[in-house]
Amino acid sequence: MMRILGVLGLLVALYGGLVGTYVQNAPGFEPTSRTQERIQGNLIDVASIQGRYGVITLGAAMVIITGGIDLSIGAVVGCAAVLFGVLTQNGVHPFAALPLVVLAGAGVGFGNGLLITRLKLQPFLVTLCGMFVYRGAARLLAGSVSRTATVEAQPEFAASLQMIRYVLIGKDASGELLFPAQFVLLLVLAAVIGFFLHRTAYGRYWYAIGHNELAAKYAGVSVDRQRVWVYVVCSALAALAGVLLFLDMPSIQADSGGQYLELYAILGAVLGGCSLRGGEGTAVGMVLGAMVLPVLENLVNIRGLKSDLIPAVIGLTLLAGTILDEFIRRRSRARH
Amino acid sequence: MTTPRLTATAVSKRFPGVVALDGVTLTLAPGEVLAVVGENGAGKSTLMKILAGVYQPDEGTVELDGRPVRFAGPAEATAAGVVLIHQELNLAENLTVADNLFLGREETTGGWLRVLGRRGMAARAAELLARVGLPADRVTRLVETLPPGEKQLVEIARALGTAVRVLIMDEPTSSLTQKETERLYAVIDSLRTVGVSVLYISHRLAEVKRCADRVTVLRDGKNAGELPKERVTHDNMVRLMVGRDMKQFYPKVHRTGTGGRSVLALDAVRYRNGPDTPVSLEVRAGEILGMAGLVGAGRTELAEAVFGVRHLAAGALALDGRPLAVKSPVDAIAAGVFLVPEDRRLHGLVTAESVGFNLSLPNLDRLRSRFGLHRRAEADLHATWIERLRVKTPSAAQTVGLLSGGNQQKVVYGKWLARGPRVLILDEPTRGVDVGAKAEIYALVDELAGRGVAVWMITSDMEELLGMSDRVVVMHEGRLAGELAGAALTEEAVMRLATGGQAG
Repeated sequence: MMRILGVLGLLVALYGGLVGTYVQNAPGFEPTSRTQERIQGNLIDVASIQGRYGVITLGAAMVIITGGIDLSIGAVVGCAAVLFGVLTQNGVHPFAALPLVVLAGAGVGFGNGLLITRLKLQPFLVTLCGMFVYRGAARLLAGSVSRTATVEAQPEFAASLQMIRYVLIGKDASGELLFPAQFVLLLVLAAVIGFFLHRTAYGRYWYAIGHNELAAKYAGVSVDRQRVWVYVVCSALAALAGVLLFLDMPSIQADSGGQYLELYAILGAVLGGCSLRGGEGTAVGMVLGAMVLPVLENLVNIRGLKSDLIPAVIGLTLLAGTILDEFIRRRSRARH
Repeated sequence: MTTPRLTATAVSKRFPGVVALDGVTLTLAPGEVLAVVGENGAGKSTLMKILAGVYQPDEGTVELDGRPVRFAGPAEATAAGVVLIHQELNLAENLTVADNLFLGREETTGGWLRVLGRRGMAARAAELLARVGLPADRVTRLVETLPPGEKQLVEIARALGTAVRVLIMDEPTSSLTQKETERLYAVIDSLRTVGVSVLYISHRLAEVKRCADRVTVLRDGKNAGELPKERVTHDNMVRLMVGRDMKQFYPKVHRTGTGGRSVLALDAVRYRNGPDTPVSLEVRAGEILGMAGLVGAGRTELAEAVFGVRHLAAGALALDGRPLAVKSPVDAIAAGVFLVPEDRRLHGLVTAESVGFNLSLPNLDRLRSRFGLHRRAEADLHATWIERLRVKTPSAAQTVGLLSGGNQQKVVYGKWLARGPRVLILDEPTRGVDVGAKAEIYALVDELAGRGVAVWMITSDMEELLGMSDRVVVMHEGRLAGELAGAALTEEAVMRLATGGQAG
């Protein structure tokens, strides 16, 4: 509870800063309605990115709740984006390519899960290796992919591609962002995952496994099967985010598409209240946690700071947040 | 004769390099409470795990109600009515009591979606808790907020929720206070009256006398004998467990009594985040000062403050009459004040490392040479203490976590004895240690006290407290409730002080 309030407070402060900066920077002759319009447009841009980060954050958070970690998310995002481009370029209809790519992602998660549960390998190592393997796979598939390349190779896909883009990203044919469809998608997915986490027996198992795997095992929970499942979901969501990335961006480079996203996802999950020790976290927290980084990035950008500063600002803000969180936690423990 | 509820016939189990069980036989009648006792490593836990489906026997058969069974896992055993309550508490502490009661067998609707039927479970949870004497408001509490005794009762309530017919408990009272233990006994009695059979492992002999209808003794993975209720005595059990007579279980050979000079003195000591009441006490040469109190009375915390793990907030320490400043364990160790901690696997040993590594750890400053370590001096140190403490280990290179509890504890003693202690603070000095090793540790501590080492022994084991202490101080809610010695030192007096009463 405390942690959700914390991340909520952080978001309020960031959004406040964002709006404040807009008002402050507005040229004197600009009518207020125009400023509002610009703020609105910017918030929609931010929400769009929040949606995509949120999708992978949900997956990372589920893995973290069961006491695991997935470092391969970013590579899977990149690989999935490239795979989607290659498939459509080679004549697979986008409507078929989308489920195929997500299924391939699920397969990757299944592999990760099996290595972790059957061979008893450490999640950190398995997914670290996965990170290199899937990045390499992406580079083998193609150097880069893009919607234009696909449409050039398969002109008949142009319409369906644009339709998927409109539904999942919210961009019209001219590339203007009409509504943050990715954020809507995030809310839908979060509702589904929240339902499983908080209202079904599976969710109980994930929390129990994350906190005390033996307890779950002795209670008759099929621990291995549950753990494989969360890796499957995590990688499938990463693959979905890869498709989103492909649809949103002008082009995807195989060696950099989706880079560092696993860290963003893990940070989002932790900001949202997931403990890396496992067994903690809520769906609402995950969404809130995933919203922090895009606002922060945006704030740095519009304040006219050098974009080189972004990583440092993010790191320092998170560090401050972590220190504050630990402080609150100690306080509340001392009161017990 | 009625069919026994559970029989194990000629059960054997081998692990790489060890024969854990060698043809063990055991029967359990319906509604019977059978205690299984034996030294650590005697095979009790292995036997329990076989009965509960955690392990499968290599040879022999297990029969439930006369039908042979072979459980593939604990879930299958639970389904058949055989439930193991494990030594370490097996609850998911981040979940509520109700969640834990139904973990793995939730009431659900919606087919494969498995939506939780929370209202129904809450009602049933309250009923189950009532059967173990816990109030209904515990249902929605997080398990981590409960005291250890209530956690144990929650585990039993969980077993009751599964139509249990055989309840197996592995050292159920090792983390309980006297009062909580009494509550557990009452629950066991009520289980017996409804025909549930109980198998009970314990190191506490007094407890076995109190609860069990019959005692089965294991030694070195074999049956060592059985005692009917009327023949259950301390001496009989110990004789079967260790295979020899042990009149001198609590030796008082070397000690000189309570009249020695003060070695360690605490003067109005308070520590950070501790209770407001200052504590003063002294530990004298030639005696063993026992410290009693309930779990949470602040005994361990006080010891940790003296050892420098916690920070002193007020008061002073003195060693041999001279002021002693302890800011961290480094200072305490330099002064010769050593702590044998309560949780040896967490604070006493680096369990993944070797016996030798652990013996060397606090002595590295003395083993240092210009080029690293004096390998020969280190090997001598290992050999000396492994031999003097009779640590049963193939070599100093053996991983310490693989030794039995008693031998691990000897290594903890060894690492300090190698440094030469002036004050030894023993926190639960023989917890989870088998009877044979216990006797050796008692003899060792007696000898140390006799040589002038001040021994401060914190213990929750009443027999140990009364058997070993020359003088006892009792703590209650962070303060010293009283001191007992000589004829005034009785179980009743200790319990009265520990629970907040006056010394009578």
